[in-house]
Amino acid sequence: MHKHLLPLADSLVDAISHRTLLLVQHAAHALGVEYNTLLVLMTAALLGGLSGVIGCFAVLRRRALVGDALAHAALPGLCLAFLVAGVRSVPVMLLGALASGVLGILVIVALRRWTRIKEDAAIGIVLSVFFGAGIVLSSWIQNSTVTGNKAGLDSYILGKTSGIQAIDLVVVAVASLICIAIVAAAFKEFRLVTFDAPFARAQGWPTALVDLTLLGMIAVVVVIGLPTVGVVLMAALLIIPGAAARFWTERLSVMTLLSAAIGLTVGIVGAAASAKIDRLPTGPIIVLVGTAVFLISATMAPRRGAISRWLQGRRFARRIAVRRLIGELYEAGPDTNRDAWRAGERRAAWSEARRRGYVESSPHGNQLTDSGRAAALAALRDERLWQTVLVEYPELAVGAADPFHAVAADVLPKSVVDELVARLQAAGRWPEELRTLVSPGGSR
Amino acid sequence: MNAPLDKPMPPLPARRDVRGDVALFAVVASLLAVGVALVVRLGSPQLSWWTVALAATCSSSCGLVGCYLVLRKMSLLGDAISHAVLPGIALAFFFTGQITGLPILLGAMALGVLTTLLTQTLRDYGNVPEDTGMGVVYTGLFAAGVIMVQLGARQVDLDPGCVLYGLLDFAALDTTSVFGVEVPRSMLTLGVALALTVAFIAAFWKELKITSFDAGLATAMGYRAMLVHYLLMAVVAGVTVASFEAVGSILVVAMLIVPGATAHLLTDRLGWMLVWSVVVSVLSALYGFAISSWLNVSVAGMMAVVAGAQFALAVFLAPRHGLLVKWVSSVRLAMRIVGEDIVARLYRSEEVAAAGAGGSSMAVTSTAAAVPSPASREHRATVWGRLRRAWAAWGLVNSGLARRTADGELQLTAAGRQTGRSIVRAHRLWESYLERHFELPLDHVHEPAERMEHFLGPELQTQLAEQLAEPVQDPHGRSIPPS
Repeated sequence: MHKHLLPLADSLVDAISHRTLLLVQHAAHALGVEYNTLLVLMTAALLGGLSGVIGCFAVLRRRALVGDALAHAALPGLCLAFLVAGVRSVPVMLLGALASGVLGILVIVALRRWTRIKEDAAIGIVLSVFFGAGIVLSSWIQNSTVTGNKAGLDSYILGKTSGIQAIDLVVVAVASLICIAIVAAAFKEFRLVTFDAPFARAQGWPTALVDLTLLGMIAVVVVIGLPTVGVVLMAALLIIPGAAARFWTERLSVMTLLSAAIGLTVGIVGAAASAKIDRLPTGPIIVLVGTAVFLISATMAPRRGAISRWLQGRRFARRIAVRRLIGELYEAGPDTNRDAWRAGERRAAWSEARRRGYVESSPHGNQLTDSGRAAALAALRDERLWQTVLVEYPELAVGAADPFHAVAADVLPKSVVDELVARLQAAGRWPEELRTLVSPGGSR
Repeated sequence: MNAPLDKPMPPLPARRDVRGDVALFAVVASLLAVGVALVVRLGSPQLSWWTVALAATCSSSCGLVGCYLVLRKMSLLGDAISHAVLPGIALAFFFTGQITGLPILLGAMALGVLTTLLTQTLRDYGNVPEDTGMGVVYTGLFAAGVIMVQLGARQVDLDPGCVLYGLLDFAALDTTSVFGVEVPRSMLTLGVALALTVAFIAAFWKELKITSFDAGLATAMGYRAMLVHYLLMAVVAGVTVASFEAVGSILVVAMLIVPGATAHLLTDRLGWMLVWSVVVSVLSALYGFAISSWLNVSVAGMMAVVAGAQFALAVFLAPRHGLLVKWVSSVRLAMRIVGEDIVARLYRSEEVAAAGAGGSSMAVTSTAAAVPSPASREHRATVWGRLRRAWAAWGLVNSGLARRTADGELQLTAAGRQTGRSIVRAHRLWESYLERHFELPLDHVHEPAERMEHFLGPELQTQLAEQLAEPVQDPHGRSIPPS
């Protein structure tokens, strides 16, 4: 580097970080908290929010583990930069980390392109060998240089909040501004490439450029997160908010915002907890908080969460059972087919059907009510319609909906329904209303 | 018949070339000897040998199971498991106060299988993509493990550094007496782990092989692919946990994946792949230890770096799958094609000259128009193209297919004329074939024939001629030379 440029850049960085320091001090004074606490919380929050936004796309585009490889591959660059610069200069070290992280990604791409090594092994090799090189360099620095112990390289492996300085906040803030501006400006392109890259390519969108931008942003986020979260677990901060947000929504815009919010919260809570308990490294705490949020999302989220899915499944099974029960009652009377039911299933279906007012216990025995008869007829007709559609117009049935969830007359074109009904009536296979009621004891 | 070939057919595999393998054996043997010599030179022998033996045992067992991970494209599951066993190690340590022994092994195996199960549960019931699920599961477990270790570090002697990067030197110092011989305590664990790994592979050799290469076929044949999968995961977890004391829970990933991947580049046979992975592991241990004690740096880290260096060597120099071999063979092919193009061009111009002498001017003009003029192509040629052509021409003169006339022009020899005839015959036969069977328009048959002419040997030419009922003229009306 030019010998005048480095001091100039250094003094610029110093000036900026000094201004930030003063600003944060003012804010801390105004809020009545400690300067250091506020700085750490702001940095972690910004970092979490940023990785939430980027991670959202990383998860959807299946780049989750690339972030992991990148984080591990950044370690040797970090150490080399320290060796070259000779002092703990945050921007220089982050540049070094970025360089070796990107080199790692290039090696993965090259291995996949030119050798028989598959992507998973390529990621594993780069991740572990680069990390090994980083460990070697870091032990070399600690053993052989005077300043080694002050390098704080250990804190980069699992992350440490105590090492955070004003300059870290500046770096994170600038990176956040740039990345969020990019995402906001190119949201449409990102959405398209994320969900249907081949389509985007066919439409003439610059898929490669979008992918490259995404990869670049992942690299930046991972690298600036290293001092706080650490090499080993930085990928988790990238993955978890996006993966958790995915459970709550089907809309990308909502998911991005939610993911940012989750990342922000996780960052704040994790950093606060880590600052409270002195000996705990920040990375694992943040990741544990994140994992808790993920688990809550995976279980509690409406529609996509585990509990909700389970309830949906149960409700569905009940609906089908009731339908089957009233169908049988309607067509064959009360006591047929009893043996075809699984133990307890029929009783559950009975109580559900009674709750819905489809069946009643009368002095004559158990029988369908009027509304039950109507529902049974509708269900039988629907079933017959679907059967015919699946045979006659399978192409309609594939696209429209599945027979278990939708009523045929609602989702199929009216002309088709009318035609099929007419044909079924002509063939005598259309379920008609019962003229004479089956007498309650009649079938015994 | 076959679909139209728009890519040149790869040359048929040559007779198995063993020179590369012989060279490989020689290189590896000398590397082993140098490594042993290095270790002998450095450090106190007794301690060094135990350290190297520990490292070699641990990385060999990792390398063996790693082969299957690489083949099954599950390398990252190995990564995940090696991270995820940490809470198991911590828990078992708090209860038993030891970092070796059966409880830890069992705890880790359970967690290894749990990681796989959780990932699959997330995929099947939560619609979480597998890589994302794995990322969440193992980082979460690892984070929990780190915190347990950190919190527990006060009460018990479990050093976080040891868990993450391993303490090979100290592991060798902590000895116990077996039949009167002082043996490092962890050598026992690692030896058992290696023995179990070898036993597992030997016992399930057939099952592992078939499920690794074709899981669908294995299931169809009645093997329980999932059972083998979970068994393998349990073994990976066991090996990982046995090794973590030596190389740490992060660098064990290098020992798992890199030897297997290197071996995968060196051979196409499963048995040899296992052998090579052990060799790579042992070399990593030898050189990793030698270099790290020379530079006074982390042994485990150096082992990973040495393994990576071997992998890089294999990427470039492997006998059959190395980039160098591939590059050389593609350059050879390119040079053969350039040379054959020159020969064919010379043959054609002789043909044109003969036709001109014969007096049929129609044929001459039509031929001259149909064959893309070599002069115009030469005009556009780059420096590299000219260089290549000059090299090819030199090769032709050298092999006696052509000679230089007094004014420096190339001229075919009798042998060259024979070759040229064969190439032109192949070209025109293929044009006829394309015209007959694919009904390509006339201006579309030259380009594919220009590529195919280099790959149609005498046998295929005969077959083509038979199929086309011994044609005498190609679609452009030029005569097809006899073979």
